Amino acid sequence: MDAQRKHLTVALAGNPNSGKTTTFNNLTGTRQKVGNWPGVTVEKKEGKVQYKNYDLTIVDLPGTYSITAFSIEEIVARDFIMDEKPDLVVAVIDSSNLDRSLYLATQLRELDTRVLFVLNMEDLAKARGIHIDAKKLGDLLRVPVVFTVGNKNKGTDALLEKIIEAAEAEFIPPRDRRVRYNQDFEAGITTIREMLLAVAGEKLPYNPRWCAIKLIENDTVIRERVLKAAGEDAPRIDEEVERWRGRLADMYDEEPEIVMTEERHGFIAGVVRETVRTSAEKRVDLSRNIDLVLTNRFLGLPVFFFFVWAMFRLTFNLGEIPMSLIESGVGLVSQGVSAALPEGLFRSLLVDGVIGGVGSVVIFLPNILILFFCIALFEDTGYMARAAFLMDRVMHLLGLHGKSFIPLLMGFGCNVPAIMATRTLESERDRVLTILVNPFMSCSARLPVYVLLAGAFFGARAGNVIFGLYLAGIVIAVLSGRLFSKTILKGGGAPFVMELPPYRMPMAKSLLIHMWDRSKLFLKKMGGVILAGSLIIWALSTFPRDIPALHAHKANVAQIEAAAEERAAGLGEEEKAAVLAGKDAKIEVLEREYAAKANSRSYLGMLGQAISPVFAPLGFDWRQSVAVLTGFVAKEVVVSTMGVLYGAGEGGEQLGEELKARGMRPLGALSLMVFVLLYMPCVAVIAAIRRETNSWRWTFFSIGYSTALAWVVAAVIYQGGRLLGMGG
Amino acid sequence: MVLSEAREKDVVAIVKVGGPPAFRRRLLEMGFLKGVLLTVEKYAPLKDPLEVVIKGCHVSLRVEEAAEIAVEPGKETA
Repeated sequence: MDAQRKHLTVALAGNPNSGKTTTFNNLTGTRQKVGNWPGVTVEKKEGKVQYKNYDLTIVDLPGTYSITAFSIEEIVARDFIMDEKPDLVVAVIDSSNLDRSLYLATQLRELDTRVLFVLNMEDLAKARGIHIDAKKLGDLLRVPVVFTVGNKNKGTDALLEKIIEAAEAEFIPPRDRRVRYNQDFEAGITTIREMLLAVAGEKLPYNPRWCAIKLIENDTVIRERVLKAAGEDAPRIDEEVERWRGRLADMYDEEPEIVMTEERHGFIAGVVRETVRTSAEKRVDLSRNIDLVLTNRFLGLPVFFFFVWAMFRLTFNLGEIPMSLIESGVGLVSQGVSAALPEGLFRSLLVDGVIGGVGSVVIFLPNILILFFCIALFEDTGYMARAAFLMDRVMHLLGLHGKSFIPLLMGFGCNVPAIMATRTLESERDRVLTILVNPFMSCSARLPVYVLLAGAFFGARAGNVIFGLYLAGIVIAVLSGRLFSKTILKGGGAPFVMELPPYRMPMAKSLLIHMWDRSKLFLKKMGGVILAGSLIIWALSTFPRDIPALHAHKANVAQIEAAAEERAAGLGEEEKAAVLAGKDAKIEVLEREYAAKANSRSYLGMLGQAISPVFAPLGFDWRQSVAVLTGFVAKEVVVSTMGVLYGAGEGGEQLGEELKARGMRPLGALSLMVFVLLYMPCVAVIAAIRRETNSWRWTFFSIGYSTALAWVVAAVIYQGGRLLGMGG
Repeated sequence: MVLSEAREKDVVAIVKVGGPPAFRRRLLEMGFLKGVLLTVEKYAPLKDPLEVVIKGCHVSLRVEEAAEIAVEPGKETA
């Protein structure tokens, strides 16, 4: 065998729902890499296959209907084909929907790259009475054509064989049998093409006919590139193109790009007529029957809410079991390390910083695994499109897409997986908007804060207060969404028009791959940021260390121990126990006092005290200021920090009493709860925002907006309440 | 008339697709061409969006988008 292995890059292109991703999964199995295309949030999937003497890199391009430049997905797909020049572009064609698939496929053909047509889902087409003459199709368009049945993993080897054959075959871009436009357009194309050849010639980035077509279609991306290549002749070309565009628009009373789209469809209709035979078999449209129930006027919404409720329960309630296992696992490790190492800075770093930090990363895994399994199930069966269909009316009020509903709802569990779930949205604008309002969905980590404060200050009305907080979060999200969509995220973006694909049986393999991809992405890309954030907070709350105070504290404790031992020495069992219990209680008080002191003397404590004037209008004292700062690690930490600072331990009731004793009133409690609801997200969510928007700008905007909003709302509540005489 | 005026189960033929260029182009790419027949499959429970069947394909669009599509009553087909 030849030891020299050959490397080939193969790009998969196709319509959404054409079975492209299934084909990709079949080809690459689990050897996949998921990331983003550079500079944008569109997901990039890459897989490696070894077959015979070849190492293949398979790139799954975003699903598009066309490769014009209307959406980021289309630009990404086109740029990859044009600039990275893969050895072969595989056009995945939905056989049951040949017209539309061929629209994209013929555009690929126009690019003069090597193309292989894969007729997918032939079984479905046959069931619909559609018979395609593949050989004739290949002859007509001068491209190799192969059949596969994607969801049965049939013919994967045959496909690989064909891919290599097509990529290795001698290739001369066929000049005939491509889309011919009518003679007026052809005249324009020819004139501009010749002009381009004359002035730019070799410098032209792409094939001249194609450039001419794109110029007439007023494709802004290509225009810019071509004009740049043309250098000083650019204005002349621009002028000529404008002249042709004006002329053609006058002749057809229609924008040239629209006429050209129609012409392409005309060409395809001809191809389809010659290659497809439809038998008049009456078929049962199973999907339609399922939709009689699932998108039914009366049943549709209740069924949807049931599914979503089940998904929520599975994600967060079933997820609790492995989460508590992880928690106790982390607890065991830190106990083990604590026991093995002498007390000191290193142990604290390892136990509180590193192990605690890693723990705070892996704790999210069960949620993410389960949620993404459910989402993959929704997507692979085709139900996700129905969910969007059902909820679009409501989400449209926020300037959002129907599909935003699920990520927003998941936010009530935890914003981290919820923000990752925005990947199901196609348009970047919708995604950013959904991410920005997501933190206002009150996640479960905020609940302990409400339970503590509402329980202590609102008694029997606690339930209503907590419900009101959740509602307030939703209202703020709606108002913010409307505000953003009218200002910084203006423009309807992509049209809503969306296909409702036929229901399909999901494949276990694809579900698992999807689930695993997300988790890997989370661990690799966000884990680091979360860990770093936890370490920073640990350092801020540990330093500077007051060594003399620590020694004094230890000496104190040791003294009490010794005194108690001495006293207990000569006593009987019962009295001995009483003495020791008294000693323990004393030590506990000392420990608490020391912890409170150490905390207030740390950088974080100092910072909290320094900025406490900022929080004064909200009715917070310096302890609460420090507590909300530490809430940056995770919002429930607000409770434990207050526990430490008020010297009340973790017990909720005790802390509630202590808060009352130190002068907190219901109004102050409400102000604090509202602030915790709205202010900046925790470090894990920030990592998720950064990752999913792929922009620090949006990340800082989110932090700034939510914190400013929280301050204003809490201040209005506190000051307004005082004016109304509700007391401080 | 426009598509948003059609009722459930109506069969209509496309006369012209209007609206912003990106929207028109997207629809044309999906095969919403002059003369093609559409069946209004159903309206969503909240009356927006609606679902149409075009060449055996189910597509959903918002009512405001359907208002951009001029149609005429089409011949009844299977």
